[in-house]
Amino acid sequence: MKMTMRLTGSNRPIARLVLATTLLTTMLQITRASSAQAAASVDEFKAAYAVAEAANTQAGALRNQWTATASTLADAKKAADAGNFDAAVALSKEAEALAKASIFQGTSEKQAWKAQEIR
Amino acid sequence: MKVRSAISLASVALALAALTLAAAPPASAANAIDPAADARAFQKFFTTKFPKLKLEDFVNGPYSLNEDMHRQWVEKEEFPPYEFSLDMGKEMFAQPFKNGKSYADCFANGGIGIRQNYPYFDDKEGKVVTLELALNRCRQANGEAPFSYVKDEMAALTGYMAFTSRGKPFDIKIPNDPRALEAFETGKQYFYTRRGQLNFSCASCHVQNPGERIRAEILAPALGILNAMPIYRSEWGGMGTISRRFITCNVQTRGVPLDPQSDEYRDLEYYLSYVSNGLPISGPGARP
Ligand code: HEC
Repeated sequence: MKMTMRLTGSNRPIARLVLATTLLTTMLQITRASSAQAAASVDEFKAAYAVAEAANTQAGALRNQWTATASTLADAKKAADAGNFDAAVALSKEAEALAKASIFQGTSEKQAWKAQEIR
Repeated sequence: MKVRSAISLASVALALAALTLAAAPPASAANAIDPAADARAFQKFFTTKFPKLKLEDFVNGPYSLNEDMHRQWVEKEEFPPYEFSLDMGKEMFAQPFKNGKSYADCFANGGIGIRQNYPYFDDKEGKVVTLELALNRCRQANGEAPFSYVKDEMAALTGYMAFTSRGKPFDIKIPNDPRALEAFETGKQYFYTRRGQLNFSCASCHVQNPGERIRAEILAPALGILNAMPIYRSEWGGMGTISRRFITCNVQTRGVPLDPQSDEYRDLEYYLSYVSNGLPISGPGARP
């Protein structure tokens, strides 16, 4: 653990975070495909979207939003506008996961930044 | 059902990955804010990393880092691509406002040769004031609309003011005022904080990897990184202000940038300028 926090050669935490978000996205795509029978409703979309939006607002309060969150939220809205609520719900959940990861980053960095400081 | 379990599984995966990131650094004693010590350590880090460079060489960013790049820089300076902007800035600076006053009335020494004193801490406002901000405040105080912080007019004005200050060492003051020290510390924190989906801090690129290539570009060292601003970039096909550069670098990490001249960016500029005290102003600059 200590190694990943050294001043140099600390690409591993980055790789982990990227991996985690990629993994999550893939899982959600599988989920989207496999849940085709139980079509989501407009209300489900609205609820999922509101949760994601609230998480992104919280990231904003930490001054730490990610660009992918906003674009995924926009995609969710587009899918809903096209009447594709399954995709809209899945994309909302994806946006929520991204927002939560950014909140986690913003919170942990309140202390963790010190590990990179030149002393 | 299936959706739920897949999602919660994914959340667990994320949480686990997140936890491995959370390894907190050894809790160091809450040390007092000491800008002078920070600046010494900062400059020593870079002069040790690049022992062949003189301190003043760092202001040429990526061009300072090897002979090949340096040659390119010398060639570029013969027909500097910022010349058009510089002429425009000079003209704009001399042009009176509608009320008859001009920029010269807003600044010490008529605005000539003062770039090295910005940003400064304004004790009335209790905040950092950058040159870009001061220029727009000057305009507004004289009944003119402010310029965009990321467009050509602002770059032309700051470019001209930098030009009249070339060779003067950065001379940023941090008064013994807890608010000024706090601003410095906030700027420092911003610089070292990882952000964006790529989880990079400014330091990840400009401290840990200067001289390395990222896509087609060579990363500039953080020491002297603002001395050449504003800069002409071929990629932009034009000039970029400090505000524009901060925003571009934030977006590169896939983070949502802050508004230009938000408190954090002002503090960041204060920090980066202070730790480059003693290095000469060289703006406007040109980059590949
Ligand atoms: C992903 C790597 C990366 C990160 C993170 C990053 N930058 Fe940059 N930055 C670049 C690249 C690439 C350039 C253009 C090449 C160069 O000049 O270094 C650049 C250029 C700059 C320049 C102009 C330097 C010059 O001489 O041309 C400044 C100033 C700057 N960055 C500041 C910052 C600040 C402040 C942060 C943190 C908010 C930051 N950068 C984060 C990659 C990064």
